Amino acid sequence: MSQATLEIRRISGHAGSVPGAGLRREFEVCKLIDTTTCIGCKACEVACLEWNGLTFSETTFNNSYQTMPETQWNYWNLIKFNEHERDDGTLQLLMRKDQCMHCEEPGCLAACPADGAIVQYVNGIVDFQQDHCIGCGYCMTGCPFNIPKFSPTARKVFKCTLCVDRVTQGLEPACIKSCPTGCLHFGTKPEMKELAESRAAQLREESGFATAGVYDPAGIGGTHVIYVLHDATNPEAYGGLPNDPRIPWTVKLWKTPLKWIGNLAIVAGLVGVVGHYLRFGPKLPPEEEERP
Amino acid sequence: MSASAVLPDGRICRYSLRERVVHWIAGISYLYLLLTGLAFWSPWLFWLATLFGGGTVSRELHPWAGLVFVIAVGFMYGLWANQMHTTQTDREFWRALPHYVRNEDEEVPPADRFNGGQKVLFWGFFWCGIFLLLSGLILWFPPLIPWSLRYFRYAAVIIHPVFALLTIGLFIVHVYMGTAMERDSFHSMVRGDVSAGWARKFHPAWYDRLMRAPH
Ligand code: HEM
Ligand code: SF4
Ligand code: SF4
Repeated sequence: MSQATLEIRRISGHAGSVPGAGLRREFEVCKLIDTTTCIGCKACEVACLEWNGLTFSETTFNNSYQTMPETQWNYWNLIKFNEHERDDGTLQLLMRKDQCMHCEEPGCLAACPADGAIVQYVNGIVDFQQDHCIGCGYCMTGCPFNIPKFSPTARKVFKCTLCVDRVTQGLEPACIKSCPTGCLHFGTKPEMKELAESRAAQLREESGFATAGVYDPAGIGGTHVIYVLHDATNPEAYGGLPNDPRIPWTVKLWKTPLKWIGNLAIVAGLVGVVGHYLRFGPKLPPEEEERP
Repeated sequence: MSASAVLPDGRICRYSLRERVVHWIAGISYLYLLLTGLAFWSPWLFWLATLFGGGTVSRELHPWAGLVFVIAVGFMYGLWANQMHTTQTDREFWRALPHYVRNEDEEVPPADRFNGGQKVLFWGFFWCGIFLLLSGLILWFPPLIPWSLRYFRYAAVIIHPVFALLTIGLFIVHVYMGTAMERDSFHSMVRGDVSAGWARKFHPAWYDRLMRAPH
């Protein structure tokens, strides 16, 4: 969906004001997931399938409530369950809604070689354009969250769109709409950040979760999906949420310095052989050496 | 007509039909790999993919062409590896490189069938081919590499282009030498034969060996 332009700023030949222009100050959207009030009902999993027209996939049973081990090309929203043993020996059932994080600096986009296959809108949503995708899977290597998934039938890659089609029409994403406990929120990034921080403060001060905090990892410039965690010092416990996600350094090296070194080396090689020919010319066999 | 035979008209057969066929299978598949690979390498070269049927087609076929290339290099190994051992002459060749570059071929030690540069080209393509194959297989099937083994993917995205770049360096010099520089060597790889004078000038040790051998 390339609908970001639907937010009209100017209209040609139009008398009077532009409806809606300048109404919004904040453009950057954000989804807030409060893991402390999630009950693992999976309503969001179903709503995601419904809205995006995806078929139900086979579930797997691994001694947990989790629907399947990880998200799939046609299953973009997965509650990750973890029976976490705390230091005092008590158990805590952690539930985290896993999906694309809509990174401010998306590793998928940095790695992708195809023109226009991944776009990032002004509002922060990172969206795959399967029309332009060539199916190379580089995005799977660039993403620090294991999100883009390859479809063997389409031979393209798919992931959560943050319901960009709904958001550009002023609706909230389908998962948000379906959540019965209100643990999912949707709004502008500053609003959601503020709400998340106040909830984390409440958890610290009133509920005895001394290390509660907000997950908005700085290593990738922040994300447009943020979490409230009971224990922000141990995100790994929440179904493998990376502690300090970054674009893999080899991907960065490959996409910038190596490109320049390589391109310069190729050009230097071509210039070198042309220069050699101009200066020294061909090696002629003896019978031709007489004629220049 | 087998390699290293003197033909009735006095010319010399440098490359047998089998050698030439294998060479051109490797050469054409490499050219395809190079042009499609460069399309993925840089957005400024993505238009190359359009020449070969678009990005999706190029992505599907590049790894298959890679297999063809690697198999051809394997055959080359069988054909030529035993002629590619570095000798004392090759070490002297590298010392005499400035003469070779300045086309002062009288000053260059007498090469056998392959000179020191050709041997480096051979081993360069051989080893780069192995690394390109290993990293290419990982790039080919990213969905099959589980998240816990993602470091292999991180390594492959850097190894594959680095070794591709090394082969590009070899390739530029190789094509230049085989076309513009030593014009008769292109003919020898197409039709197989070279003149006696060419052999005497550029591969004197090989030429002497042929002349001494009974035929
Ligand atoms: C040996 C077997 C090979 C295999 C299995 C292989 C496979 C792959 C795969 C799967 C990719 C990812 C994109 C795509 O599918 O096209 C790729 C990229 C690439 N390949 Fe190969 N390849 C091989 C050999 C070569 C060779 C001989 C070259 C020599 C020029 C080459 C140059 C490249 C380049 C430049 C890229 C793009 C790298 C980048 O995006 O930075 N490949 N290869
Ligand atoms: S699979 Fe598609 S979206 Fe992913 S990097 Fe390749 S072209 Fe881009
Ligand atoms: S989570 Fe992965 S797929 Fe989503 S925007 Fe970030 S890098 Fe891209």
